[in-house]
Amino acid sequence: MSSAILRLEHLCKNYGALAVTEDVSLALRENELHAIIGPNGAGKTTLIHQISGLAPSDSGRILLDGKEITPLSMPERVHRGLVRSFQITSILPGFSVLENVALAVQAHEGSSFRFFGRAAAEKKLNEQAMAALAEVGLADRAARRAGLLSHGEKRQLELAIALAAKPKVLLLDEPLAGTGPEESEVLVALLRSLKGRITILLIEHDMDAVFSLADRISVLVYGQIIATGSPAEIRENRDVRVAYLGEEVV
Amino acid sequence: MEKAVTHIPETVAPPAFIRREGVPLILFALLLLAPFVARFFAESYLLALFSRTMIFAIAALSLDLILGYGALVSFGHAAFLGFGAYGVGILAAHGVSEASLQLPLALASSALFALVTGALSLRTKGVYFIMITLAFGQMAFFLAVSLAAYGGDDGMTLPSRSRLFGFDVLEDDRALYFLILLALLGSYLVSRAIVMSRFGRVIRGARENPQRMAAIGFPLFRYQLTMYVIAGTMCGLAGFLLANQTGFVSPAYMTWQRSGELIVMVVLGGLGSLHGAILGAAAFLLLEEWLSGFTEHWKMIFGPFLVLVVLFARGGLLGAFRRLGIGGAR
Repeated sequence: MSSAILRLEHLCKNYGALAVTEDVSLALRENELHAIIGPNGAGKTTLIHQISGLAPSDSGRILLDGKEITPLSMPERVHRGLVRSFQITSILPGFSVLENVALAVQAHEGSSFRFFGRAAAEKKLNEQAMAALAEVGLADRAARRAGLLSHGEKRQLELAIALAAKPKVLLLDEPLAGTGPEESEVLVALLRSLKGRITILLIEHDMDAVFSLADRISVLVYGQIIATGSPAEIRENRDVRVAYLGEEVV
Repeated sequence: MEKAVTHIPETVAPPAFIRREGVPLILFALLLLAPFVARFFAESYLLALFSRTMIFAIAALSLDLILGYGALVSFGHAAFLGFGAYGVGILAAHGVSEASLQLPLALASSALFALVTGALSLRTKGVYFIMITLAFGQMAFFLAVSLAAYGGDDGMTLPSRSRLFGFDVLEDDRALYFLILLALLGSYLVSRAIVMSRFGRVIRGARENPQRMAAIGFPLFRYQLTMYVIAGTMCGLAGFLLANQTGFVSPAYMTWQRSGELIVMVVLGGLGSLHGAILGAAAFLLLEEWLSGFTEHWKMIFGPFLVLVVLFARGGLLGAFRRLGIGGAR
């Protein structure tokens, strides 16, 4: 466990009297794809919000590469290499596909306090953005307005934006949400191609995708992690079956 | 794949030069020619009217930077007009009419006011931002009213226009006109460069989706605050010119109604296009002048006109032009 790149220690979060995250501890190994599953309302998205810095934690610590990042804001965490995507598509619809990604490159390449020179014409930014687009298979859509993409393409674009930020750890909040079977096939292939290169924390409802992609799976129920293990172990786990898969185990 | 990487499209379907630059080119050409044509008519009246129009165009332009590009509805922008004007007035009251001293004071005080009020206002969002900028604008207004030594409520008449390095060239209406035109052109070009720059792209991105911008690593507050200071300083320049053009400095420059008028100008012309703000300022002031010639109740006509523009010409006058096939994209 010495190679844990992202470590959550006793993370808690309450909304009033409701404990949404209750003493969650988790260690992500470098370059593993770790999935979190759990029934609706288990607190999966809240957990991602806490890790990414969108929502503050009430207590507990988050360590990235051994360094505590709990007090940092979301942009600061991004600069440390912790990048997230959103459950509901979040892009800049009025910008071109290329510019959506180029902005993510810009956030990491030099200062953005430059007041002169056309940003859209900066070759260095655009080339890296094109590379990220090529990686997700959107190179031929570069000049389109992002708002005009199909839903599946928007989800691909979000991945390109996240990749352009050069993440050490990628937090993916239901990347397959709302996609059709063909679209999700493209995305699953894409995630598989990222596997082993980037550490990924994946929240997903599509169990086929989760069980085929994940190295390890943690099960979150009512804000608590009730089990962590390989896909095979999770499938066989009695508590998981009761709590989540809804089976009556006598 | 190789080919796709080498071919990098710059923007979404770039329109032709004239389509894009037609409106600003025509606007500035007209403004350049106006004084020569004005000689054959009521010259001083027309020069004053057009000078005033250009000054408010600078103010509206600066507001467009934060309102149009940043989606930050500042309801206290007229305060900066006041800071610029009082920079002239206060120094003039102490016998300093040198522009090279007045202008830095006007700009620096506007910038400082923007920095302090922006740092507080930008911590709020939406309606709260509108309210807090309005409150700061009113604070500036009442501060000006309380300056008894500088005319208080009534304002004060300037002994002379600003002198340029000791020369009284600006006493000539035409010289002042061209100085204002130069200031407008400069503000316009600087603004254009800014909105297309890396910095401007961050501001434009935040307008569309602030959460997305934060999630790719932009701490938006400092970018928005910088833009707020740039806009405030530019509006301070307009205030400096306004004091010179009217020969008068008064708290009336900073009323909240004035801030509202600036918003109307920007919306009337078309948000987030810069030359739209110039067009809006011109339309507003010229219509005001023209309609008030018929009746003192000119707002009875102007109000419904505004309603019509907002209802039927989304994107303001510029949007209407665009639909008619004249003038360019944003």
